[in-house]
Formats: sequence, structure tokens, C-alpha cells
Amino acid sequence: MSVILQTEKLRVEFKSRELRQATKIALHGLDLEVNAGEVFGFLGPNGAGKTTTMNVLLGFVPPTSGAAYLFGIDVRQPIARQRIGYLPELTYYYKFLSADELLRFYAKIFGLSRTETDQRVNNLLKLVELEHASKRPIKFYSKGMQQRVGLAQALINNPDLLILDEPTSGLDPLGRMKVREIIQRLKNEGKTVFFSSHELGEVETVCDRVAIIHQGELKAVGRVNEITGRHASLEKAFLDIIGYQTQSAT
Amino acid sequence: MRTIFALAGVVIKELYRRKDFYVLFIITILICLVMASVNIFNDAKIVRYLKEICLLLVWVSSLVIAITITARQIPAEKENRTLLPLLAKPLTRTQLIFGKFLGCWSACGLTLLCFYIFFGALAVSREHHLPLLNYFQAAFLHWIMLGVVVALTLLGSLVFAAPSSNSTICFVIVATILCVGRYLDAVALSLAEPFRTILYAVYFAIPHLEIPFEMRNLIVHDWPLIGWNFVGLDILYLLAYTAAFLVAACLVFRRKAVN
Repeated sequence: MSVILQTEKLRVEFKSRELRQATKIALHGLDLEVNAGEVFGFLGPNGAGKTTTMNVLLGFVPPTSGAAYLFGIDVRQPIARQRIGYLPELTYYYKFLSADELLRFYAKIFGLSRTETDQRVNNLLKLVELEHASKRPIKFYSKGMQQRVGLAQALINNPDLLILDEPTSGLDPLGRMKVREIIQRLKNEGKTVFFSSHELGEVETVCDRVAIIHQGELKAVGRVNEITGRHASLEKAFLDIIGYQTQSAT
Repeated sequence: MRTIFALAGVVIKELYRRKDFYVLFIITILICLVMASVNIFNDAKIVRYLKEICLLLVWVSSLVIAITITARQIPAEKENRTLLPLLAKPLTRTQLIFGKFLGCWSACGLTLLCFYIFFGALAVSREHHLPLLNYFQAAFLHWIMLGVVVALTLLGSLVFAAPSSNSTICFVIVATILCVGRYLDAVALSLAEPFRTILYAVYFAIPHLEIPFEMRNLIVHDWPLIGWNFVGLDILYLLAYTAAFLVAACLVFRRKAVN
């Protein structure tokens, strides 16, 4: 199986703006590999370094040391992002555009032809169930609808790798289920999905492999059943791995 | 180039779908129409004062539109987090800066077109003649000058965190250049060293925007056309400043972490 996402001893430090505060180390030599065609869950408590890892992979933040590759290309090169789709957490898309216009705009950035754009936009609007609202400005969309527009824009270039940052965050159960169904469908189409989430039940359902990161360090990586091991659920395993002990246990 | 045009297209759509431009345009029209209906000197043929005031309003409105549209572009992308999916595409930061610049500058051009068409119609209704080439020279240099303002504001939006502070600072800088920029060398002569050298350096470093500003007189006083060689040189001078500000913006943005 080919590796399409890879980090090698990735280290990210953020210099504090306050003179007396120490430099914050967001990632300590992270080594990660994601294979083609798998759904990979990236887990960790808040501030663990999940979003920083994604920011490095997408070229938003330069690594202090180490390297990251997408499809074998260094992430600092824009061409590395040609075959990926990205859905950030909580994005408020251009309110004055409709979903149709937004998708066409992103299609132009990828340099898609007009025929290809028409076809993709129609298919994606159908996939995310927004055909009925495609001409309405995004400012009138609910949160769930906005998240689905986000998912559609991430798929506009028919990417081989999807990077999703907490795709179900803030959604109601129905919205979450719809997003989960879309991820499942993409998995069936052979796409690689790399996503972070706090919804461990959801991760258990859709992921092939997971990685758990805590305080910038990779604590565990493997298939869901391997990680869960002797624990009753992934949530219990997760809490154990990050070293959390419940009140009753202590 | 297609990417840059796509980005510019979104900026133009934003201009005509938001209310800011319409509000300013309607206010300018109303003030001009009120001015036109008042016969201050009891002589219907005297229209210079009307043209002077209307053109000043057009200038102020165009600067407000150029600065406010540009100042909010990148901060709004950051605040709404649309910068992230945008930069996750195969798009360089330089392309993003140029796309935003082209969009804002084109939007200013469309705004100016509307303003000058209205102004021309108002002037023709009183004077019954329209020196088209004078209008073209004045409007074209006005537009080129707005390119400098847009590039400066774009650079400011990467340096200052809040769009409001950037807008205020850019507006003060541009207004100061327009009003006192040309007198700085004379003031420098009256100062002692090292202030004289400093002020001279400022005089030569700032973009002198007063030539396009003075082109208003071509329309107000029906002066003869300026030589095209001179206009061409001024365009090159203004474009050089625009390019310098854009390069600075690209360098600042290239080093910024986006998260």
C-alpha cells in the first residue's frame, strides 16, 4: 500500500510574544504515515497538536524542523496541494455568494474546464443534499448546511486525499450522521480521509486506523481494535493512553 | 492568471452585493443634486463651483471605497477562516495578493466609471458641452492613483491587525500626501539639520499623488489637455509605487504563519 501522507520528525515551536514566556513546543518530532485508501482518525485532547499538524501539512505553518510530504512532495510546494481537499473547522464562507457560485469559484482556482465544473458542481450539490438551496446566498444557510458546503468545496477537485478538521464539530445528530455518511461513501470510492475528531464513537465507526497525540507527541497508532485492546471502548482506551484517571478510579 | 481573475471576480461581486457602494453613491448624487439646484451667484452659467465641489466629493468617495474595500479583504478572510480552504488549494500567497489587488482596483475602476458618468451628465446639463478627452485623462489618472492607494492599504492590512485602524491610518496618510505632500520640500528648507534631511527623505520617499488630484482642473476650468508624454510618465511613476507596495505585501505575507 502506498504512503500518501507522511511526516518525519516533525517539530513545531511557537515563539511567545511575551518576553518572559518560554517558547511553546506544539509538536515534538511527530512521525506519521497514512496509506492510500484508508480512513485515518487523528485524535487528541484540545491543544494536543492536531490542528498544528494539519496546518503544517497544508503549508500554513512552517515546521521548525523535520519534514512533511503529501504524495511524496514536500508540503511547502503548492503543487503538493493539487490532489487534496481540505475542510477546516468552523468556517464562515463568503456570505454574499451562493453555494453554486462558491463551488465554481474554487473550481476556477483548480483550473477545471467549464464542462467539468458544471458536472462536478451538480454532483457535489446532490451529494451534500444542497441542490434545493444552491442559488441562495450562504448567509441564509444553517450551520449544518454551511458545513456541507464546506465538504463540497473540499471535494471540488475530486481529491485523492481529504483532510478534515473536526468535520462534525457543532453539528446536530442529523448533521453529524450526514457528514459520516459522506465520509463512508468517500471511503467506498477508495479515497483517503485523514480527519481529526473528538467524537470517538464516530471514529470507531468509520476509521480503519487511528493515531492518538497528546502534548505534541504521538502516543499510539494502529487499527481501531488494536488501540481499543483490553478496554471496553475507544473512549476508555483514549483516556488511558493520555493518562487521564477518572475520579472513581482514584 | 485564471486564479488571479477568479479571486478578483469575488471581490467585485462583493462590491456590488454589499450596500457600502450604493450608500456612498446615493449620498454623493444627493449632495451634487442639491448643490446643482442652488444658484449661489445668481448666474446660471457659473457652474465651476458646482463642478469643483462635486469632483471633490467624487474624490473623497472613491478614496473611502478604495480604502474600506481593500482594508477588509485579508482580515475578513482570516476572521471567517476562508483563508484556510483558499490556501489549501494549489494557490501561492503571491497569487492571492495579486488577485485581491486586481479585484479591489477593478472595483474602484467600476465605481469611478459610475461617478464620472453621473458627474459628466450633471455638467452637460448645465454647460451643454462635454470635453471627453479631458474627462478621460482626469478619470484615468484618478484610477491609476487609486492603484497606489489599494496597494498601500493591502500592505497595511497585513501589518495592522484591525481593518479599522488600517483604514484610518491609510486615509490619514493619503489625505496628508494630497494636501501637504507637495510642500514638504519647502518646509524642509526652513528646518535645521537633521530634521531637514529627514523631511527631504520623506518628501522623496512618499508617492506624490497630487498630479492626478490636480487633473480635476482640466474638467473644472476646462483647461487644455496635458501632454500625453507627461501623463505617461506620471502613470509609470504611480505604477512603480504600486508595484513596490505589492512586492512589500507579498514579502510580508510570505513569512506570516496562517492559523
